[in-house]
Amino acid sequence: MTQATVVKLKKKDFESDQEVRWCPGCGDYAILAAIQRTMPELGIPREKLVFVSGIGCSSRFPYYMNTYGFHTIHGRAPAFATGIKCANPELSVWQITGDGDGLSIGGNHLLHVLRRNPDINILLFNNRIYGLTKGQYSPTSEKGKITKSTPYGSIDQPVNPLKFAIASGATFVARTMDADIKHMMQTFKAAAAHKGVAFIEIMQNCPIFNDGAWKGFTAKKERPERVLYLEHGKPMLWGKKKNRGLVLDGFDFRERSWEEGDEVPSDVLVHDAQAEKSSLAYLMTEIEHPLPVGVFRAVQKPTYEQEMLAQIETAKQKIGHSDLGRLYREGANTWTVAPKD
Amino acid sequence: MSSSLTADRVVIRFAGDSGDGMQLTGSQFTNTSAIIGNDVSTFPDFPAEIRAPAGTLPGVSGFQIQFGSVDIHTPGDAPDVLVAMNPAALKVNLGDLPRGATIVVNEDAFTETNLKKAGYEQNPLEDDSLQGFRLIKLPITTLTRTALEEVDLDTGSKDRCKNFFALGLMYWLYERPLEPTLAWLEQKFAKKPVLVEANARALKAGHAYAETVELFQGHCRVAPASHLPAGEYRQVTGNEATALGLTTACKQLGLPLFYGSYPITPASDLLHFLSRYKNFDVKTFQAEDEIAAVCAAIGASYAGNVGITGTSGPGVALKSEAIGLAVMVELPLVVVNVQRAGPSTGMPTKTEQADLLQALWGRNGESPVAVLAPATPADCFPMAIEAVRLAVEHMAPVMLLSDGYLANGAEPWRIPAESELPELTVRFARADGSPFEGYRHDPETLARPWAVPGTPGLEHRVGGLEKWDVTGNISYDPQNHQRMCELRAAKIARMRVPDQEVEGDPEGELLVVSWGGTYGAVLSAVEQLRREDGRRVGLAHLRYLNPFPKNLGEVLGKFERVLVPELNLGQLDTLLRARFLVETIGYPKIQGRPFKVAELVAKMREVLA
Repeated sequence: MTQATVVKLKKKDFESDQEVRWCPGCGDYAILAAIQRTMPELGIPREKLVFVSGIGCSSRFPYYMNTYGFHTIHGRAPAFATGIKCANPELSVWQITGDGDGLSIGGNHLLHVLRRNPDINILLFNNRIYGLTKGQYSPTSEKGKITKSTPYGSIDQPVNPLKFAIASGATFVARTMDADIKHMMQTFKAAAAHKGVAFIEIMQNCPIFNDGAWKGFTAKKERPERVLYLEHGKPMLWGKKKNRGLVLDGFDFRERSWEEGDEVPSDVLVHDAQAEKSSLAYLMTEIEHPLPVGVFRAVQKPTYEQEMLAQIETAKQKIGHSDLGRLYREGANTWTVAPKD
Repeated sequence: MSSSLTADRVVIRFAGDSGDGMQLTGSQFTNTSAIIGNDVSTFPDFPAEIRAPAGTLPGVSGFQIQFGSVDIHTPGDAPDVLVAMNPAALKVNLGDLPRGATIVVNEDAFTETNLKKAGYEQNPLEDDSLQGFRLIKLPITTLTRTALEEVDLDTGSKDRCKNFFALGLMYWLYERPLEPTLAWLEQKFAKKPVLVEANARALKAGHAYAETVELFQGHCRVAPASHLPAGEYRQVTGNEATALGLTTACKQLGLPLFYGSYPITPASDLLHFLSRYKNFDVKTFQAEDEIAAVCAAIGASYAGNVGITGTSGPGVALKSEAIGLAVMVELPLVVVNVQRAGPSTGMPTKTEQADLLQALWGRNGESPVAVLAPATPADCFPMAIEAVRLAVEHMAPVMLLSDGYLANGAEPWRIPAESELPELTVRFARADGSPFEGYRHDPETLARPWAVPGTPGLEHRVGGLEKWDVTGNISYDPQNHQRMCELRAAKIARMRVPDQEVEGDPEGELLVVSWGGTYGAVLSAVEQLRREDGRRVGLAHLRYLNPFPKNLGEVLGKFERVLVPELNLGQLDTLLRARFLVETIGYPKIQGRPFKVAELVAKMREVLA
């Protein structure tokens, strides 16, 4: 046991000596604080934590964590994280990405890391804009958005990060928001507890290039009427009085409301994050009013690194460990040249 | 009665349709020849199409072997014997045959349809177009069918045994034993005894046929080679030797090997071989693309494994940004580039050496990496070990430039005893109480500490942004950037690599400077020129391209002329001129094919004239 595993750590222990350089009012500050507050609660020693990022505003994140950190290249963080996890499965690996890094240049890698299911936590900061390059539209920008590169409005259809994650076979899929630190921490803890890939979309504001990115949802006073907090095993309710619920109507959802104090109608859906099939979770990603947040899906599957190591162990048992002499001769015809007289 | 001739070396080319099993036939002949003690060198030459339309010219697959009682450096310039299983195989290969060569053809395949597919207007077996060759026409298909009459197989399956009939003919001609191939069949088709029987019968029938009908003037005896050092041997291809070398190096380091790769010709075999070596803590990762393959390897190195990626030129192009990151974060990384003919997709199954300058400079910014190149298939083993050694010793990326010719060609390899293997060591950083300095460089190797996640007290951040020397913090300081660029360059330049050896004359009229897979041909040519012309010629064959051996400038200065043959348009030539201000004579060849010894000899004579 190392000393670090015994000592109880605090938020401050996870703050690096680097000055944080995001714009004033950036949602990333709140996310950083939520992570730094979550870490002590996980009980993982600092040296076992690795933060891996690509390129973009959010990808500066590792520099601010007093853990191991790797700021890599644009879009490729999933591959680095996979290599790290395979090299040392004991590490707790957190990948920080954004809507551009994760879904544009890195879309392919995101697909593959999600389907392979290594035990990596992926935090996608979604501010629906390119910030570091100063204000071009991103793959999650709404159609028609006016930006520096789309003076006549974007003609791209946006991608829905959760839909992408569920369709890719992710075993843990959640959504949270920069404005709700408690919910973020709760979601991060759930992701850390999940064995396998965990994908979290964090709705994040960019006060400089896309202020109000999530206007109408994230403000504290708006949330009760606009946001549905998902809880596994609980009915899907929202509203100040929790008297509105979701019911399934064919392949769509309908709202049902009732008098305060009445029983929740029996046809209101009960959230099942552990459902074997992902179909309902997938449908739920299309709901915009109320916007569901929380854990959409959390199912168990063997992790990539477990399977990789299991094959190595099997091979060692079957063939024996590391006999070079045997390796050199395996499957080859050998012959001997006798010493000359 | 047949008489016996002797030869010190013979070149055979087996050629047929992609589906005719020519690669298999060739490798069986090679195996048997190696087992009886000949030196061998092979050159498989196959189309990119998995199954090009049967009988057509693009569908022709060939396998050339040179075997001898003397030191064999190449698969040979021109075949003494061509075995052509159909008209297309004859047409494609005829141009390479010297007058007087023997041609064995399967005349059953010379049907009107096949002749048409091969573009023959009339049957070359029936006009006088093959005059000057020793033509041996045999109905190989019919003879095979007859031999397999009692075997319970359909005709199609029987016909697929005809390559073993042809092999049997060659075994008789060159007095090879049938046993190694018979044993191989037993093993290969252990679960299908009927195929063992069918192929064995075909092989024996071919052998017996040659004997009975006195097909050839007699046996040709090629004695065992006497120059090979004592020891136990096997044959290896370059890709096999590379995979074995990488695995050996990591075993010697005591570290797991992480191999990230995306399938690409002609490098895929590295992934295939390494994926079987799991019991050596080899982790193979077939990534979603070339970029992910190298990034995962760098991630693995960061976490304390030896990260390796393998590919060919187009893959290196895709990996270049990530290789730059490895330069910046100063982590060990080995990139194996099994070069093929480019640019772009080029000619994927054909060999070339045109990625040298890409290896050196094909990245943004000042991004130096070490570059090594094995000289022969077996040399891939020690050079793969060298690549790992330098990467780990100096915390830097190393590019290993193999090529298609080395990768698929084979030669005997003396199996090393474990005691002969180099000892490699690695030292991970440990906390010592003082603040950790992630970019404090070792004064000798210029390596920074390898501080792997999981080590208490060394938590630190790395990334692609420029670093302050010593601390590793982000820096935009102008002086620091220059210092760091120079440091990364010096790290490669200072690597300890062996001095350049010169074969042949140590000084004189002509120095031939070559690199990579051309070694065998160039050496043969230099030997021939010295033997036949008595000229003072030396050969400096480079295995270290970056850094160059420290004495290279001195070596270049000892000769009146410098000739640089290479399979590109003059890349090493350009480098030598730039680095040493030396007047060189380039000899570029860029045809997707290796040098022929005769071409090199002719060029050297021209230069010396």
